[in-house]
Amino acid sequence: MAAVTLLSTKGLTKQYAGLTAVSNVDFELPAGQIRALIGPNGAGKSTFVGMLSGRIESTSGTVRFDNRDITTLPAHRRIAAGMAYTFQITSIFSALSVHENVALAARRASSRAVNRRVTDALDRVNMTDRQKHIASDLSYGHQRLLEIAMGLVQQPKLFILDEPTQGLSTSEIESFIQLIKSLAGDTTILLIEHNMDVVMAAADYITVLNFGEVLAEGTVEEIRNNQEVQRAYLGTSHA
Amino acid sequence: MIEQIRTSLFHLLLIAALAGLYFILPEYHSGVLARVMVLAVYAMGYNLLFGYTGLLSLGHALFFAAGMYGLGMAMQHLDLSSSLGILAGLITALIVSAVIGFLALRTSGVAFMIVTLMFAQAGYLTILWAGEYTRGDEGFVIQQSQRVLSGIDLSDAGNRYFAALVLFAICLFIIGWIVCSGFGKTLVAIRENEERARMLGYNVQRHKWLAVIASGVISGAAGAAYALLFGYVGATFATVQYSIFPLLYVLLGGAGTTIGPLIGTVFMFYLIDFSSELTNAYLLVAGVALILLTLFAPQGLAGELRKRVMPWLP
Repeated sequence: MAAVTLLSTKGLTKQYAGLTAVSNVDFELPAGQIRALIGPNGAGKSTFVGMLSGRIESTSGTVRFDNRDITTLPAHRRIAAGMAYTFQITSIFSALSVHENVALAARRASSRAVNRRVTDALDRVNMTDRQKHIASDLSYGHQRLLEIAMGLVQQPKLFILDEPTQGLSTSEIESFIQLIKSLAGDTTILLIEHNMDVVMAAADYITVLNFGEVLAEGTVEEIRNNQEVQRAYLGTSHA
Repeated sequence: MIEQIRTSLFHLLLIAALAGLYFILPEYHSGVLARVMVLAVYAMGYNLLFGYTGLLSLGHALFFAAGMYGLGMAMQHLDLSSSLGILAGLITALIVSAVIGFLALRTSGVAFMIVTLMFAQAGYLTILWAGEYTRGDEGFVIQQSQRVLSGIDLSDAGNRYFAALVLFAICLFIIGWIVCSGFGKTLVAIRENEERARMLGYNVQRHKWLAVIASGVISGAAGAAYALLFGYVGATFATVQYSIFPLLYVLLGGAGTTIGPLIGTVFMFYLIDFSSELTNAYLLVAGVALILLTLFAPQGLAGELRKRVMPWLP
């Protein structure tokens, strides 16, 4: 049974004044999958994801999402088409309440039953009791969870998480993995992640980027045993 | 919903209080208050852009003047009635703010301040250049016989007070409604974190443009009302000084609060009034008061109120 492709790119390339950050990437993400995107520092992960979400303009190539070509759409229209995005560096409305942060995300998607949807989303990240707190008063871990709740409440078709566990404690990471797994089936997830434990535990399938190109793709097991991937990560030719 | 009702009730009380004040205050002060209410409307328009959307414009005098000259020129040269004059003022402000907003919003931050300032200067110079029609610096008077709105003589002090109050009330309710709406909350989101708002799927550019237009039209309404109520149209109102005033009123009163602009305008007006009775160097007294306020109430008077005792203040 072939799954429906939710997101795909063809020949996606980004050049910065002569430097090619992402080169000719063909990528396919079936609906419902939890996909991890990994690679050493500077591999082009963030640039690649930036071109998916529209924050970065591509030099060439196309992006298709939900059966339409979105290559020329501005970021906000891509989000409105069913993507949600969490930033690598936490980006929330720090001066506003937790509730209003999530409500802002909820209202854009639909103006119906905002309060109930906000409570549901906060419930999924165990933060219902903090609704009235000002976002900047939250701990770092809770701010990250808040940003995830802001994504969840939009009920996105595709949820892009850019290094979501960065700076989280071990126990917070554990519950994050549970959360991601609980989303399986509801939404498609693209997870950019450095923490291999998280990747191995949460992902269905892995894409490895190196020097702006796809180095390998495969299941967790395949990637774990891939010699080239080991070399790229260890940086030696005799791994 | 509760928020809407509470905001409306609060505004209703404020308006009732202002209406009551007319019967208590001596004539001089009710005269001042009429002028203050019109200028507060100007500051409320400014506040929508600065306080709620986070865009600092240094060129709002252009919108105030657009309303003022839109009305003044239409009544002077086309012999239109007051009500059509008001309409002409509003339409002029609408067109000017839509065009200026479209152009100026290609920039942001300091560049936005400078671009709005330049446009306003260009507007001021245009008024001087077209002196044959605008009477330039000298300005022109709108005759008392023309200052009648649906049978009410606006040159009468009492009528003028209540006309100013009606304008103030309408604008306060419009602002209150905007602030409680999804649109208003999105403006706050843009002020707080523009990139996050964009990446939640909001069309940030369009929201900012609509904010400039709403802000410009309200400022223009104040300009038109000023001309009609006080009977004078002049280029002074298009100078930089008149772009700075609403910024000061809003900073003092409390940016991003619905009542801040009124509080700031009253405060500033009486500060200058009192200090000029004390000394010739009244600007020095005003300056010291401003410095003290920024030191001890950086969020403005209504901002401090909200922080300390009334967290629900809209």
